[in-house]
Amino acid sequence: MPDKKESQSISVQKLIAEKRKKGSKKRTEKIIPFILLLTAIVSVFTTLGILFTLLVETFTFFSHVSLVEFLTNNTWYPFSDPGEFGIWPLVSGTIRVTGIAILVAVPIGLAAAIYLSEYASDRVKRIIKPILEVLAGIPTIVYGFFALTFVTPVLQKLIPELEIFNALSPGLVMGIMITPTIASLSEDAMSAVPDKIRHGSLGLGATKFETAMKVVLPAASSGIIASIVLGISRAIGETMIVSIAGGSTPNLSFSVTSSIQTMTAYIVQVAQGDAGYGTTIYYSIYAVGFTLFLFTLVMNLLASWISRRIREEY
Amino acid sequence: MKLIDEKKVTSGMKGRIFRNSLFKNIFLLATLLCLLFLIVLFWRILSQGLAYLDWQFLNSLPSRKPEKAGIYTALNGTLWMMAVVVPVTMILGIGTAIYLEEYAKKNKFTTFIQVNISNLAGVPSVVYGLLGLTIFVRALNLGTSVLAAGLTMSLLILPVVIVSAQEAIRAVPNSLREASYGMGATKWQTILNVVLPAALPGILTGTILALSRAIGETAPLVVLGIPLYLAFLPTSFLDEFTALPMQIYNWTSRPQAEFQNLAAAGIIVLLAILIIMNSVAILIRNKFQKKY
Repeated sequence: MPDKKESQSISVQKLIAEKRKKGSKKRTEKIIPFILLLTAIVSVFTTLGILFTLLVETFTFFSHVSLVEFLTNNTWYPFSDPGEFGIWPLVSGTIRVTGIAILVAVPIGLAAAIYLSEYASDRVKRIIKPILEVLAGIPTIVYGFFALTFVTPVLQKLIPELEIFNALSPGLVMGIMITPTIASLSEDAMSAVPDKIRHGSLGLGATKFETAMKVVLPAASSGIIASIVLGISRAIGETMIVSIAGGSTPNLSFSVTSSIQTMTAYIVQVAQGDAGYGTTIYYSIYAVGFTLFLFTLVMNLLASWISRRIREEY
Repeated sequence: MKLIDEKKVTSGMKGRIFRNSLFKNIFLLATLLCLLFLIVLFWRILSQGLAYLDWQFLNSLPSRKPEKAGIYTALNGTLWMMAVVVPVTMILGIGTAIYLEEYAKKNKFTTFIQVNISNLAGVPSVVYGLLGLTIFVRALNLGTSVLAAGLTMSLLILPVVIVSAQEAIRAVPNSLREASYGMGATKWQTILNVVLPAALPGILTGTILALSRAIGETAPLVVLGIPLYLAFLPTSFLDEFTALPMQIYNWTSRPQAEFQNLAAAGIIVLLAILIIMNSVAILIRNKFQKKY
């Protein structure tokens, strides 16, 4: 019976071929997770890279300038010889702009969050939320341009002593920029408060406003505080608005009408100029960058700690 | 005997109801303030820049004379940079997301990677500029090239891409995976043929939004030392280039009003690109996103 023999031999060949195929399959099954793990490790190396570059170059900076001077000198004037490297004027610039931004963003952001989660109908929400998203998506260079060419001239009409470069105008614009962050994260926190708690309050005769302020707001407080801390972190790290509209005069004061310089703006100023590689000024941007990194890191860790620790369970 | 003093109650209620509607309107006004800001911003930029926006503006090299200046090199440079950023972030971002969602065991190392990614998302963009300056520009000696800037930008937006891809993959229901395993498919076959196609709309939406951030980002490019002014086009990934936000920054920092109008015209082009990208992202989300 030749037919049967032939069919048998074919099936054996098939089996062998199939087995071979399975072998290669097994190999891909083993290699793929390894390749994917390598892509995942890139993000770990990014963190290591950031820490490594900042630390190494900061150490080099501190071999030129002592840590004591960095922390105790109240002047930042690197472009003289020998330069003065006290970090506080830059920190004070950052804090002033961030403070103004927070004064703008917290009331507006919280008001928008309360309105969206407690009062607005679904239709109104569908209109307002995309507007907030658009605000969050506008590049910071656009905000910087707007602060310098529109907000500052308008403010100068109201406050004649306002200089062209100042802390007020970038602070206000930055406040609008971080409002969506605070509004949407706070709204998420308030929407997570279960309706039965609201109904309990309304049933006792409280108005919607009283319910929002005395019941929903305290219940969502951890999420709201975390959103504000994240907003502060974004404001501290924001660069282009303050580089364009804030000026480049580091000073240690409370003035918001005079020209300032933030940590981020200093890094941009030096990177743009011709400070040669290897000079003290070149290394100083890493020391400033490291200080900035520490500020934002503390804020981010604080935000995630708050939202994890003080979470209300229902 | 009256237990309740009606007058007192009604007068008290009036104030509370009044306060309720007053604050409702205050909250609404605060929300509308954002809208007002947006309108003023757009009106201002359009009224300043629209007159300068023409074919010649898109097609000219930068120039010292405002009436001759254009964004041709900047627009080209941005395209070159995105040619690096798109493949690098897609491969690294989606690869990481697949690893974390499909392969990684729940152990300390996985948690560490996850925490690390969310911390990276909070690092200011100017710090990424310092990283790129040290590693790509100096240590690897890439100079202020398209490649150096593209890689720096990729690392900057990577956390956003990873997190959105993870969410998209997590949204694919397990029943689909189990059906695929039941048919005899291996794990990788299942991921490639079942999970990824189902998660693709979500992944694309998140990636496009992240890419639009890379197009508008300026600070890392300034720190890398990307030139503000360049009169020639890059011909390879190792050439110098300038990008659209850098050109806008250059014009903004000049005192003459004409250059500021040019900056506004550049901003219109930048915002138009971003609006198109965001619309595409929303379109993909609404059209192809399946609900399981």
